[in-house]
Amino acid sequence: MTDPANRGLGEPAAPSGRRRFAILPGPARRRFSLLSRRDKLVLGLMVGIPTFIHVFFIWLPTIASGVLSFTSWNGIGLDRIKFIGLKNYADLFGGIYPPFWPAILHNVLWLVVFLLIATPLGMFLAVLLDKEIRGTRLYQSAIYLPVVLSLAIVGFIWQLIYSPDQGFINNLLGTAGTPQAIDWFGNRDLNLWAILVAASWRHVGYIMVLYLAGLKSVDPSLREAAAIDGASERQTFFRVVFPVLRPINIVVLVITVIESLRAFDLVFITNRGLNGLELLSVLVTNNILGEASRVGFGSAIAMVLLVVSVGPIILYLTRSLREEAA
Amino acid sequence: MTARSSATPAVAAKARARRGPSPQRILLHGFLIATSLVWLFPIGWAVYTSLRPYGETARLGYVSIGGTYSFQNFIDAWTRIDMPKFFLNTLIVVVPAVVITLFLASMVAFAVSRYSWRFNLGLLMLFTAGNLLPQQVVILPLYRIYLALPLPKFLASNGVFYDQYIGIIVIHIAFQLGFCTFVLSNYMKTLPRELNEAAVVDGAGVFRTFWDVILPLCRPPLAALATLQFTWIYNDFFWALVLMFTGDKRPITSALNNLKGQFFTDNNLVAAGSIIVALPTLIVFFVLQKQFIRGLTLGSTKG
Repeated sequence: MTDPANRGLGEPAAPSGRRRFAILPGPARRRFSLLSRRDKLVLGLMVGIPTFIHVFFIWLPTIASGVLSFTSWNGIGLDRIKFIGLKNYADLFGGIYPPFWPAILHNVLWLVVFLLIATPLGMFLAVLLDKEIRGTRLYQSAIYLPVVLSLAIVGFIWQLIYSPDQGFINNLLGTAGTPQAIDWFGNRDLNLWAILVAASWRHVGYIMVLYLAGLKSVDPSLREAAAIDGASERQTFFRVVFPVLRPINIVVLVITVIESLRAFDLVFITNRGLNGLELLSVLVTNNILGEASRVGFGSAIAMVLLVVSVGPIILYLTRSLREEAA
Repeated sequence: MTARSSATPAVAAKARARRGPSPQRILLHGFLIATSLVWLFPIGWAVYTSLRPYGETARLGYVSIGGTYSFQNFIDAWTRIDMPKFFLNTLIVVVPAVVITLFLASMVAFAVSRYSWRFNLGLLMLFTAGNLLPQQVVILPLYRIYLALPLPKFLASNGVFYDQYIGIIVIHIAFQLGFCTFVLSNYMKTLPRELNEAAVVDGAGVFRTFWDVILPLCRPPLAALATLQFTWIYNDFFWALVLMFTGDKRPITSALNNLKGQFFTDNNLVAAGSIIVALPTLIVFFVLQKQFIRGLTLGSTKG
């Protein structure tokens, strides 16, 4: 990393489109040593207090999860914590705990559907809506409306569509209340897909909003140059615009993966994450809400979640870091 | 539509106007209209259902038009589960959480972006990474900490973080600090460095520089973040579910479940309840849409 004080002084403010996505080289830095002792103390407190809160309530428990995953503990009395090595992990992956592999499968399916359907659809809509067309704001609003809703409410709203007796689909098909009624949320072969439709409904709008902002930041002269060279619209997007949007592409990718790992509210509202809707997040939480409290075992599941999310987190950080150093 | 549309927009528009809309345009609008309608349908359906008494839908079927329409379901939902109480619970959590988060995050952002010191980047990474963690990674130890960590009686009636508003407020602050610090430090870096120098010349200390000079200039990102944080914390379901034991102290998002009966659920009533609970965020959507989108795209990560 270059010395921040030696660069960027005369640089104009960054182009506004870029500002949103990057940690920019700051033109506005001063050396610590110019400060009085009192100033240093104040500055230390200004950073120290928030950092303490963040580290104590987020990172300390994360590390504790890691340590506890090698132990057996029912949660009562610190002296009852017993180290058992890798046994929790062996049990998990060895199939002793039946919901584990289904949960992994469901999380993977969630990710695949988001990555291959919902996210590309959001990007596609953003590309369409980025053109100069009449009513683009209206279309945008309609598609992004679900983003402001809580996932709990999303669950209730889709219940009105999926319910076997009172739901829209079964009433439309005339199967409501009959034995032929399709129980979208109850049938364990269907419910994950039904949930994924509801989850995607919200995710598409989210990605669209992010991608629209990214598209707006693309220098129009790039497209003009491509058009003059005779590139078709599709070629322009894939060969010129898409590569330029690398930073936002990474953000979208990271968000998609993290959201898939975090999925919880929707399935919990629907049926507490049972019967075809098992997810890693639910299995962890059941150690608190459920009957048995196996902290060590639950922590091992939490660690699986953590390990999977480390990849996208590092991807995101290195991107920020590179732009900081650039 | 290749080179033609890349001529200046005015020329292109004129050309279009002469020949009328191209078939491609019509197709595009058709697709977008269809998509928008599909997207709006679930909410529209909830609104429609909520306006009909259960008896009417039972008689005529759900997919039907006619019969009577009324706001009775809204009144019933509002009173049956004592919604004002749960709205108040949400308010008690959301307001301090948003205000304190923004205050603390802007202090860190100020220090990180306006002064050059060794840990700048590491600190930013710590905050950003923390914000991206799935909540379930921290929840088991956090739950134990919440049960064990003592608090003075005036902050928590039972003497610990668990089952207390303050516990919920604190975890929201800890989690959201990352995102807000990230966004605010990016913004502060774009402010001219001379501002700090002028403040020093005027004899202002660090905190005065922060409070009187830099912070007032950060109104745009603060407004955007406040809108966004309000929505996210209002929408929270997980933390309150796990860290708040007393059902009566849970926020409004958890209260909706109380509308479901043990054996029978009146979906018309649930629809009305959902609309009421969604209303504050829908108001954000209609009134503060610009702020919300700005907040979302400023950092481009919900984290």
